[in-house]
Amino acid sequence: MSTLAAGKINGAQAIIACLELENVDTVFSYPGGAVLSIFEALRESKQIKNVLTRTEQGATHAASGYARASAGAKAGVCIATSGPGATNLVTGLATAYMDSIPLVAITGQVSTAMIGTDAFQEIDITGITRPIVKHSYLVTNVNDLPQVIKEAFYLATTGRPGPVLIDVPKNVADSICKAEIPGRIDLPGYKPTFKGHRLKIQNACKLLQEAKKPLIYAGGGVVSAGAEELLQNLAHRLDAPVAVTLMGKAAYPFRDGYFIGMLGIHGAPAANLAVSECDVLLAIGARFDDRVTANVAEFAKEARIIHVDVDPAEIGKNVTSEVPIVGDAAAIIEVMLEFLDPAEHTAWRAKIESWRPLHSDVYEKANTGGQLHFREVIAELNRQTKGKAIVTTDVGQHQMVAAQFYQARHRGGFISSGGLGTMGYGFPAAVGAQLAARGEQVVCITGDGSFQMTMNELATAKAHNLPIKVILSNNSNLGMVRQLQKYYVQGNYFGIDLEGNPDFAKIAEAYDMAYFRLERPEDIETTLQAALAGNRLTLVECLIAKEEMVFPMVLNGTRLTDMVVAD
Amino acid sequence: MKHILNVLVQDRSGVLVRVAGLFSRRGYNINSLTVGSTENPGVSCMTIVVEGDDRIIEQVTKQLHKVVEVLKINDVTKEEYVGRELLMLKVLANKEDRVEIMHLCEIFRIKIVDINKKSFIIEATGTHSKLDAVEQAFRPFGIQKMSRTGIIAMVRGDKG
Repeated sequence: MSTLAAGKINGAQAIIACLELENVDTVFSYPGGAVLSIFEALRESKQIKNVLTRTEQGATHAASGYARASAGAKAGVCIATSGPGATNLVTGLATAYMDSIPLVAITGQVSTAMIGTDAFQEIDITGITRPIVKHSYLVTNVNDLPQVIKEAFYLATTGRPGPVLIDVPKNVADSICKAEIPGRIDLPGYKPTFKGHRLKIQNACKLLQEAKKPLIYAGGGVVSAGAEELLQNLAHRLDAPVAVTLMGKAAYPFRDGYFIGMLGIHGAPAANLAVSECDVLLAIGARFDDRVTANVAEFAKEARIIHVDVDPAEIGKNVTSEVPIVGDAAAIIEVMLEFLDPAEHTAWRAKIESWRPLHSDVYEKANTGGQLHFREVIAELNRQTKGKAIVTTDVGQHQMVAAQFYQARHRGGFISSGGLGTMGYGFPAAVGAQLAARGEQVVCITGDGSFQMTMNELATAKAHNLPIKVILSNNSNLGMVRQLQKYYVQGNYFGIDLEGNPDFAKIAEAYDMAYFRLERPEDIETTLQAALAGNRLTLVECLIAKEEMVFPMVLNGTRLTDMVVAD
Repeated sequence: MKHILNVLVQDRSGVLVRVAGLFSRRGYNINSLTVGSTENPGVSCMTIVVEGDDRIIEQVTKQLHKVVEVLKINDVTKEEYVGRELLMLKVLANKEDRVEIMHLCEIFRIKIVDINKKSFIIEATGTHSKLDAVEQAFRPFGIQKMSRTGIIAMVRGDKG
């Protein structure tokens, strides 16, 4: 297999040729001295579009949004220079690591002879990022590059996906590469299990068949496996409702009555009550994260637990399961469907239905007349888009409101930083998502705190004519921290007032955006209609009261059933 | 409980930090770590002594398996095994003590590998407790320097 012009190209050209062979069509990058020759090779590529972000952190988040909007099939790629370029990747890599998003990050490095001398813009980036990548390489021999890049994409996208970093010293990129791309990947220590153990799956099915009150708890693993339809078949076969995690928000994009919402400390009451009462819990591609379980000792206490995950280390990490199954969510559900007979759980499902209205109940009580509530904006967004927009969020109250009121109906259509909770993720992720899905409506739901962390990427969106719709909850303070201070430090509010906020109308003007200000509940419908209809980069600024809270809320150390539902 | 893990790894740069870093990052304590070559070129064996209950050891093992270069992990404490450590110590050897020190070495079946005007270097291999005993026995003479390795271990018979 001769695919590289081996012996005629340098390392940088080999990198770009390898990216092309991995079907990369977009890279998010920021240039610098140590990656000059990589950019020189990139310039010549006809296949790869280069997107210059405004910081390297933006490049990682954009690559993440790009990967997720491509529904996990593709790795996002970002390129940064050595030193500060590389350190700016750290938050983005950690975000991708915690959420198992496939990324390949390429960094420049000082020449091999200079490594260790504290040279200009030298940093040990493989050392810094070791705990937050799935794997990393410091390439010291140019002839290793083709193999390294092939391995990197394989590692990033298979098993439990994650970020892989490739650090390339300047002289390595400049040297002539004589190696070809190896025909196959030889990683004897890396053997992700794709297919589950049949006998265990059979045992799980037996348990599910005996269940009187079964519940499915679906996480990000379902989304990255592309197992949405299979999950629907499973829910129907078992007559079991489906609760999801934040990462699994788009795991059940169907309107068929089985979806009961998100679990967790800001989860839907129906989901939290159902998990506390179910007798068999089938966790698929979820990891019993503390934001989901609250007090883990009390979580799903009545249930016998079946835990399906592609990462063996997740099994038994936070809870002990009766039937652990390691493997890809899609492959395992497929086998389950072979074994399972149709079941009916009319009484159980009716009981859950009776819990559903609790949600709006809470808000009826909390509602004050005439005031604009962000949840109403998101509920209307959900109505108008029918959940078919690709939504990205930042982190904070608006994120939980989005998770509660936006019902994602688009594959991979809910893009949020779940594990790390990275403020500043939303907008750059929207840039990546819009570039991956040009024809789709991409909406970034954000808050005034988060947005200001990375709104420099508005320039990237402007440069590429991306018609992203930003829906900004502006409550002039850090609302989620306010909420925490209210409950955990007796309302001693401190360090959360965002005084000095810019005039967002002027920000919009500066970036040539369409701008809408939303102050009154009666204007929500028409404003959103106008905003969503446009084909421009758009900002909808919603003026929200400081005091607005997100309910329900489960306080630290308590059970999911102990939801605080109003002030 | 103490577990001795024999971890076979591909001999690539960075693998030691990856493994060691994993322990500190996940909050596991390493009692000792020894690395050396094996009968297979390109494959090293890390012998890691870690303390913890079965649940922790299971997690350690699973997390170690996620390191791309890790090929095989064997918890030798689950089997019949032979484990050895190496100790070297420089002990003060005054004229009046020399005979007694040599006598002690015979009893422990350990070797004097360097003789100096004032001191001996003594080399000992054995189990952890034997080497503890050696250390105790020579302490009264005055230990000037001591260095001990971690354990390396091998399962008896055909297994492991």
